[in-house]
Amino acid sequence: MSAPTLERPAPDEAALQQQFDATIAAEHRIEPRDWMPEGYRKTLIRQIAQHAHSEIIGMQPEGDWLLAAPSLRRKAILLAKVQDEAGHGLYLYSAAETLGADRADLTDKLIEQKQKYSSIFNYPTLTYADVGVIGWLVDGAAICNQVPLCRSSYGPYARAMIRVCKEESFHQRQGYELLMTMMRGTAEQQAMVQDAVDRWWWPSLMMFGPPDDDSPNSAQSMAWGIKRHSNDELRQRFVDMTVPQAEVLGVTLPDPDLALDTATGKHRFGTIDWTEFKQVITGNGPANAERIRRRRAARDDNAWVTEAATAYAQKHAGAAA
Amino acid sequence: MSADVTAEGGHGAVPLSPDVPVEPKPAVTRRDWPLYEVFVRGKRGLNHVHVGSLHAPDDEMAVHAARDLYTRRNEGVSIWVVRAADITASSPDEKDPMFAPSGDKVYRHPTFYEIPENVPHI
Repeated sequence: MSAPTLERPAPDEAALQQQFDATIAAEHRIEPRDWMPEGYRKTLIRQIAQHAHSEIIGMQPEGDWLLAAPSLRRKAILLAKVQDEAGHGLYLYSAAETLGADRADLTDKLIEQKQKYSSIFNYPTLTYADVGVIGWLVDGAAICNQVPLCRSSYGPYARAMIRVCKEESFHQRQGYELLMTMMRGTAEQQAMVQDAVDRWWWPSLMMFGPPDDDSPNSAQSMAWGIKRHSNDELRQRFVDMTVPQAEVLGVTLPDPDLALDTATGKHRFGTIDWTEFKQVITGNGPANAERIRRRRAARDDNAWVTEAATAYAQKHAGAAA
Repeated sequence: MSADVTAEGGHGAVPLSPDVPVEPKPAVTRRDWPLYEVFVRGKRGLNHVHVGSLHAPDDEMAVHAARDLYTRRNEGVSIWVVRAADITASSPDEKDPMFAPSGDKVYRHPTFYEIPENVPHI
């Protein structure tokens, strides 16, 4: 019996586009085998790939503290968190592959620096307090960005993000708890926390991207249901959420202009140094070269494991046949 | 500030302009392992549900990798893996007319039949 689908005339592009638009308008999800505009597919691959790269590179700054964690409890928590980041990267590469991307090829593009990862991971983790601040501020900002992505119009991405968001909540809470513990400690420990907050606050605000009037690509992504809120909206939400958390913790956010606007109930904050952001994103941050060097080493030095497992699988398959 | 940086993906803004390459290079030698689809039974009494995919060298390793990747927090009591290449799907399009014939057979549903209200247990 021949497959009837093969004999159907291919619907014309206008009809397919109409069907796609109707799916988006109805807030239904686009699934992998649906027709989709080429621009939608490419934009999603770019976005999901950089997101996956960020998770994988994000293992490094915190991974640096695995062997120096102050207790077995802290080490087990940190290990679980770093393992989660690997998992998040893999969920996302898996979503990108449903769009026709190839995981090994995406990794190559990361190492060759043709595709980027978030600038936040190009800052070094100088003290153990940085582990706590990354959980609290960096993962907190990531949650603000990621929660709306659970409603992304592309099914596999939305489903991956639901899984990621569930796990990020643990990341943020372990970070905040770590900092609360240090703030109950010695003056030196408290100073360590304040120093880490001073270093990570502005880069965390930069995570939301350029101001709305300077991000012209956003409109199309909004229309496609890939992006749900503007950069400035999410940044504002993050600031408003974080200020009371900082008060409970007993740290000062390093911005003299930060103040509650009683009329709007929102916080005003100072100007972000976009020159620094640009420097870091173009490869001149404190740790860019080191991050890529280690990712390349992980690929190349471990290639023999991949090859050995493949050889074993082939031999095994041959014996079974 | 360059206009080609956007913050749509997770951990922050990166360049996502059209010059960021996305088309896979034709691989000379395949370095990656085959793709497996993963199905997890959340708890006894439920069906296995598709949760995602992963790469593994063989079936056994795929099960181990699926455990590490998809059940780190008691998400399952049983895992199935199957090579993605071995799955036969209904059509290249999720909106296939294959499912249209069931749309007009309303008599297959219990609500199609009018039963007087004084008839119990039906």
